[in-house]
Parts: sequence; C-alpha cells; structure tokens
Amino acid sequence: MKDFKKISVRNMTKRFGEKIAVNDFSLEFGKGEFVTFLGPSGCGKSTALNCITGLIPITGGEIWIDDECIDDSKNKVSPEKREFGMVFQNYALFPHLSVRENVAFGLKLRHIRHAEIAQRVEAALKLVHLDGYGSKFPSQMSGGEQQRVAIARCIVLEPRLLLLDEPLSNLDAKLRVELRYELKALHERLKVTTIYVTHDQTEALALSDRIVVLRLGRIQQVGTPSEVFSDPSNLFVADFMGFKNMWTAKVESLSAKGERLEATLDAQGLKLVASLAWPEGDSRRAVIEEAHRTGQPMRTAVRPEDISLAPRGSHNSFECAASIVEYQGQASQVSATVTATAGPGLEALRVDLRSGTLISEGEVFSASIPPEKLLLFPATESAAEASRWTP
Amino acid sequence: MRGAAGRGIVPLLIPALIFLVLLFLYPFAYGLFLSFTSAKGQFTFGNYLRFFSDARDFRTILVTLQISVPVTLFNVALAVPFAYYMRRGIKGERIITFFLIVPITLGTVLISEGMLTFMGPAGWFNQLLMALHIVKDPFQFTHNYLGVVISLALQGFPYAFLMLLGYVSGINPDLEKASQMLGANKWQTFWKILFPLMVPGIAIAFSLNFVMAFSVFPSAVLLGQPSGPTRVIAIAAYQWAFEKFNFNAASAISMVMAAIELIVISVVLVWRNRMYKGATMVGKG
Repeated sequence: MKDFKKISVRNMTKRFGEKIAVNDFSLEFGKGEFVTFLGPSGCGKSTALNCITGLIPITGGEIWIDDECIDDSKNKVSPEKREFGMVFQNYALFPHLSVRENVAFGLKLRHIRHAEIAQRVEAALKLVHLDGYGSKFPSQMSGGEQQRVAIARCIVLEPRLLLLDEPLSNLDAKLRVELRYELKALHERLKVTTIYVTHDQTEALALSDRIVVLRLGRIQQVGTPSEVFSDPSNLFVADFMGFKNMWTAKVESLSAKGERLEATLDAQGLKLVASLAWPEGDSRRAVIEEAHRTGQPMRTAVRPEDISLAPRGSHNSFECAASIVEYQGQASQVSATVTATAGPGLEALRVDLRSGTLISEGEVFSASIPPEKLLLFPATESAAEASRWTP
Repeated sequence: MRGAAGRGIVPLLIPALIFLVLLFLYPFAYGLFLSFTSAKGQFTFGNYLRFFSDARDFRTILVTLQISVPVTLFNVALAVPFAYYMRRGIKGERIITFFLIVPITLGTVLISEGMLTFMGPAGWFNQLLMALHIVKDPFQFTHNYLGVVISLALQGFPYAFLMLLGYVSGINPDLEKASQMLGANKWQTFWKILFPLMVPGIAIAFSLNFVMAFSVFPSAVLLGQPSGPTRVIAIAAYQWAFEKFNFNAASAISMVMAAIELIVISVVLVWRNRMYKGATMVGKG
C-alpha cells in the first residue's frame, strides 16, 4: 500500500445533463479518518462516493492524494488503479465464486504467491468472524454474513481508502446494530481511511470522526458528530438531525449575556426566551440583529427530548393539550397543541415532545423549553435553498 | 406444496398436460414404436441396422454435424460480444433489435428465396463485390455448403443474441464495479466475472441453436445441394417417408436425430455445470 497523508477533493462537480448531482464539493480528509456522507435519498451522497472512486467520471474539479492528482475531470487514474476498496449496498459478491475465492479475487490479480494469498484470506475472514466459511457460496449465507465477506474482500487488499455505500441498509434492525459495532471495532483496529455513505443519522453519529451533511448535491455542514448533532448549521441539517418544533418567531429583544446571546421571542403569541451559544463575532449574531431590526421572523428548532414537563409558571413554559400520544417504551412521543397560541386569529402551535411519564390524549399539561436548547435559524434559508437547487 | 393450495394447482396444469401429451408425447411414442417395427408390424432392429449400414444415409450424420456445429459456434460466439456491448443499452438499440428480429419473422423459405436472388451469381451482392474489385467472377454463395451456413447464421444469430442479451442485462451491474474496484481491468472482469455468469445462458443459447441447425431442412434443399454435399439427415428422413413411403425407416432416422441432439445437449450441460458451480440465481449476491 502506498502511504499518504491526506486526500483532497476540490470543487468536485457532477452533472447529468441539466441536473447537478454533486455541486462544488470540497473536502479534505486525513489518513485513518472515518468520514460519513449523510443525507436523504437523492442528496448526491452516493454519487459523490462513486465520483471519488472514479466509477462515475466527474464533470468538474479535482481529486488529489497528497501531491498526486488522481482526477482532474479530464484525465483520471482508472478505478482499478486507485487502490480503493468499495463495499456495496447489495454486497455485490461474485455468486459463482466461493467465499474464499471472492476474498482472494483481488490478491490473485496482483500475482501474489499462493501460500501468501491463502494466509491473507484466512486472516481477513477471521477478522470479520467468518473463519471456517471459506468454501461456502454467497447464496448459502445470510445478508449479514455476505456483507462481512464483502468487507473482508476489500480489507484483505489493504486499500488506501475504503468506501462503503449504505452497507447496512439491506439488513434487519438487529443485524444492522451488530454489524455497525463491528465496523467501528474494525476501524479502531485497522485505522483504514474510510468514507461511509448513509441516510441514517444514528449510524453516522455512532461511527464517524466527521460527518458531511449533504443536500441536493451541496455540502450543508461538515463537523464532528456532536457538532452536527447539537449545533446544526441550518434548518435543513437541524431537521435531518431530529430537531422539531420549527415555529416562525419574531425577535422582540436581544441582550448579550457573556459569551451567549439572549433573545426574547414571540411565536404566534407564545413568549419564549432563547439563550444562543453564539460568541462575539459569530456571523449568526449579525443575522439575528438584522431580523430584530427589520422585524423579519426567524425559525425556532427544539428537539422533542429537550422539552420537559414542568410545573405551571416555571421558566419558558407554556400550557398545552395532548392530541396524539405514541407510546415508544422508554418514553412517549407526544404531539400537543399549545393552548396559549389558540387565540383569535392565531394558528395553534403544535409541540412535539418526548415524555417519560404517561400522558393521555386530551390531557392538559405544562411544558418547558430550556433556553439554551432552543435554536434559531433564518426563516427564509430553507425555502431559498430549496428553490435554488430543485430543478 | 400440499394442502388446499397444492390441490388447487393441479387442475390448472391439465390444459398444459393435455397439450404436451397430444403434441409431444404421443407423436414421440408413436415414432419410437414405428422405428422398431417392420412394414408388417413386427418387432425389428432392421430400420436402425439399415440406416447405419447404408453409407449414403449414415454419412448424413457427419454432413449435418459439419453444417450445424460450426454455424452454432459462430452464432453464439458472435452473440456474446454483441450482448456484452449492448448490456446497458446503446443508442439505436431498438433499430438494431428490430433488424435482428426481422429474419425470425420472415421464415426460412422467404429468406432462402431472397438469398437465391440477392446472393446468386447475377445478384446484387456479387455485382457489388465485382464493382469493388473484390472478386473477378461471381462468387458461388448459393447451392452449396456456404449457402446453407449463411442462411442458418441469419436465422440463428438473432435467437442467440436476444437470449444472451436478456441474460447479460440481468447480471447485477455492481458486480462489474466490484471487480473493477478490486483491481480488475475490463478484460479481466469479462473473463473472470461476466463470462462465467453468462455460461448458463450460453449453454441454453447453444443448445437451442444447435437443435435448430441440426434439423435444418428447407435451407439445405433450397440453398444447398440436397443430392450430395448438403444432404442432411432431415432430407434422408424425408426421402424415406415421402419418396419411398417407408415411415418405419423414416422414424428410425428421426430417432437417431433426436439421440444425437440429446448427446450434444448433454455435453453442453456437463460443460455448463463444470463452469458454473455457484448459485443459479444470477446477480442476486
């Protein structure tokens, strides 16, 4: 394996006729990093992955490994010479070859001695806990086992970069968690540079060093799992990472509280306080100040699990009436109507929250949002982004 | 399949079974019976002994094999690369497919008639070749071995191609990508992945093409020399049946034909099983 320090993707673009599948995609990743491309279907994450492998030719931009250019959108190193490994959603095992022959396939092409091939194949199968399965055929194995073979088939070649395209999405929920754990352990052990594509935020959070959130071919945010989870860069990322309660709210007053900015808000008559962790100089401060001055509404976002049941009259609290309660074991997902906002001319706000105590439908209760858990985004962002990138 | 659902299926099979019995099993059994009886209805091996001891009749096996084996190999060998290049669809695929299907729909006799004029000594094809100074004198394309082979290729290739196209385009395209990502070039991917997966399709295409070519009759009469070099086994059977009115001898020849076809198909299937030991479900990992 040729050693390297970093892979850089610069302004990578892929057009299919009029449609832009990947738009100005720039990203650097270091050796050993586990990077996840996360986004809903059609966001271009798989296309971006295939562009990096060279299986899909790019229409613009460059890909570099240290100071070696492997693709400049005109000339490219062909996929088979990039020393990348790829794991497919449907496993793509060769059905006419045994497990051992599948794993040995790449080694045989490299003209390695028979004894060494046999030894490396056995080692790779052991690594994915499939020792003893060598003479089976793919059709005789379960989906989880087949995907392990596909992983072994890649790592036996010690690829410079391992790419996984939704590798767990064809498996049932239990297997998915098991194999996810094993992937993590495998990465801890081998430290192979990995790009992982998924639409499942749990997988992304559990596995990644960094997450790249994509939408309509554009990078929305790049950050560590905790950054993306707790500090999404826009309404789309917030929505995708499980934020709810996206209400239109006017900014009534602003005051700096140390590193934080405190905003009082009016959402359909519901008065709320947000304490935003935006330090001095954060560009988002300018946005909210502008909104405060012009009276432009902003959008709130709060995770359902961050809203707590509170005694009447406590801080940032409001009364609501439960309309739908979904029991989910450890907690209940509750949809409720905020009674304070149901005045004449006001649309009732719906609040989504999770509750550990049992609430019955129709019950009136008091809920409270911790001010530091309430995020604010420019209201127009989502709509404008959407109109710019949807055909 | 036991229980109510299983019982419900049996009556649905009856029309197909009646069809099979009337159109295949009965004629076959009757032919087999005829081939082992004399004109007076007594049991005899005579019909077979006569065929194998008559040099002129026995030779028809060799003649037919000499026509059918090369033409089948040619058809299948040509269909493999065609199907490979068109596996993901290409521009003008519908037009190409249309022109390939036309010979099937026209029927053997029309094609033979057409070839006689088009490729005959004064036909357009020879005129073109002479105009281009490729040949000096008209080249003999018809009324010989070559004429039969060309007409069988025209009719057999579309079948082989369409069958293999269906087969190749059913192979999961990710297998090719996976092979490439593991370091295989296009050539290696074809020979190590696609070709082995195509083997069952190739075997079936070969078998059907061979059976069609081996039982050749109209082309051999119209485009060949039915009295000599292209006196195929079907002609021998026809002559016994409708010139000498000996249905017993003709039936024996038909049984020999069937036996040879079965032997060749068995050989092909053995080859198939040696080449392809994996799942029969192609592409589904």
